[in-house]
Amino acid sequence: MSASNAKRRIPWDSLAVFPFVLFAVMFLFLPTLSLLGAAFTDRAGNFTFENIAGLFTDQIMAAYWISIRVSGASAILGALCGLAITLAIIRGKLPAGLRSAVMTFSGVASNFAGVPLAFAFIATLGRLGLATIVIRTLFGFDIYRQGGFNLFSFWGLTLTYLYFQIPLMMLTIAPAIDGLKKEWNEAAQTLGASTWQFWRYIGFPILWPSVLGTLSLLFANAFGAIATAWALTGSNLNIVTVLLYNQIRGDALQNPGLGAALAVGMILITSLANVIYLAVAARAERWMK
Amino acid sequence: MKSQKFWAWFVFALGAAYFIIPLAATFEFSLRMRRGEYSFDAYASVFSDPQFAASFTYSVLVGLFTIVVGILVVVPAVYFVRLRMPWLRPFMEFVTLLPLVIPALVLVYGYIRLYGSSSLIPFTGSVLGTDILLTCAYVTLAMPYMYRAVDNGMRTIDIGTLTEAAQIMGANQLQIIGKIILPNILVAILSGAFLTFAIVIGEFTIASLLNRPAFGPYLVGIGTNRAYEPAALAIISFIITWGAMGMINVLGRFAPRTSARTD
Repeated sequence: MSASNAKRRIPWDSLAVFPFVLFAVMFLFLPTLSLLGAAFTDRAGNFTFENIAGLFTDQIMAAYWISIRVSGASAILGALCGLAITLAIIRGKLPAGLRSAVMTFSGVASNFAGVPLAFAFIATLGRLGLATIVIRTLFGFDIYRQGGFNLFSFWGLTLTYLYFQIPLMMLTIAPAIDGLKKEWNEAAQTLGASTWQFWRYIGFPILWPSVLGTLSLLFANAFGAIATAWALTGSNLNIVTVLLYNQIRGDALQNPGLGAALAVGMILITSLANVIYLAVAARAERWMK
Repeated sequence: MKSQKFWAWFVFALGAAYFIIPLAATFEFSLRMRRGEYSFDAYASVFSDPQFAASFTYSVLVGLFTIVVGILVVVPAVYFVRLRMPWLRPFMEFVTLLPLVIPALVLVYGYIRLYGSSSLIPFTGSVLGTDILLTCAYVTLAMPYMYRAVDNGMRTIDIGTLTEAAQIMGANQLQIIGKIILPNILVAILSGAFLTFAIVIGEFTIASLLNRPAFGPYLVGIGTNRAYEPAALAIISFIITWGAMGMINVLGRFAPRTSARTD
């Protein structure tokens, strides 16, 4: 009896949770707090708002703005396309086997990001890419010279990001679309509603919070991305992650405090997106029982 | 109703085109290395590059360590929080959401500042230390996925009853976790492991900023210096990702079907 009591005294619970808490503190809390501190400290170690004020230069504001635009455009387009495809597959009476195949592919594509994705789009839509050449030989239309297209630009990056944004949307929105009960559709039809009216007054209002929530997830997902942009455009497109990458590499802004402020600004923007997500997700769950 | 089905097929075809054309184009491009005919020369060139083997092996090793450390950190924590400390759950949910909110680039910036060679814990002072830091960074990066996989696994089995039964039979805590809980959530853990692997294998940002010879930085180097090899590497990466995700799907069929108590 005393032996088992002695065994009991080993605080297994706290011991088991300790590594997790240690990880959270060492690799999430402290690094973030350290940057937050550095953002408000000058070279001599005094408190200052100068780093934050230093963010409001043309170069840095332009970097934030283009990042916000690429993330916003790829999130909105990704959400719309993902929603359309998922609706087509789940509610469009397509063959049942298609759904699991498409969802498996989505799992792969949503993880096929970073450098290889950039390579794939260069091989497709680069100046010597297959799609570029096929369009030129078939239609006599040069998307670069006549179409004004450039893969290493805002639209090029957005189009590339969609390759992981659309599947992510599909994976997160599918459960919500499954949650639209058949009975609601039947009830609406019995009461004489048209397909349009069903979606306008029932389907879409129920899906809306999930769509909005996923939208902010997609935004944060694109906003923090760098590998794809780096491999695709190098330093051509001055998005904020590329600017920060150069700052970490070689103090490109020539001011460590400003670099920290840049990072803190990024955290602020992605947290705003996620606060919206959490608030909206709480609302969405009411209908997803 | 006919038109509805037409539009469904139309949307599906458009989406399929967007996703298949880049893959097809990349594959076609990767075969064009030899002038005038298709060949697998680009693949041969990639596989014969000692840098490829070295960086790939390095990333696989880091990936395996990441998976092991991730399991050791997440599984006991999720088990005890579910069993004894449910009040810690919101904290865990919050922590595992953070890596999705804070960009990896920002985190690694913090690591470099905090754990530099002149700091209290100089991870980046030595090669081994930097490797450890890289592994820990990847564990953090994969935490949301590992946590959710393990948490879902524990939700489908009744850990309360299993633990009580094991205690009555005289098992100690280590035996309960190692011999009862782990085998029951093995499928969930392996799903988390393969997802972790898919994330880690081609990761660029952290590896490059910590100056480690991983697969991601190697890919970028090839991208700036070569023409056809990047396309071949993109196809190889896609197949690796497909393999990892395919394993998760296959494993899903073996998941235990016992259900948790609902009271």
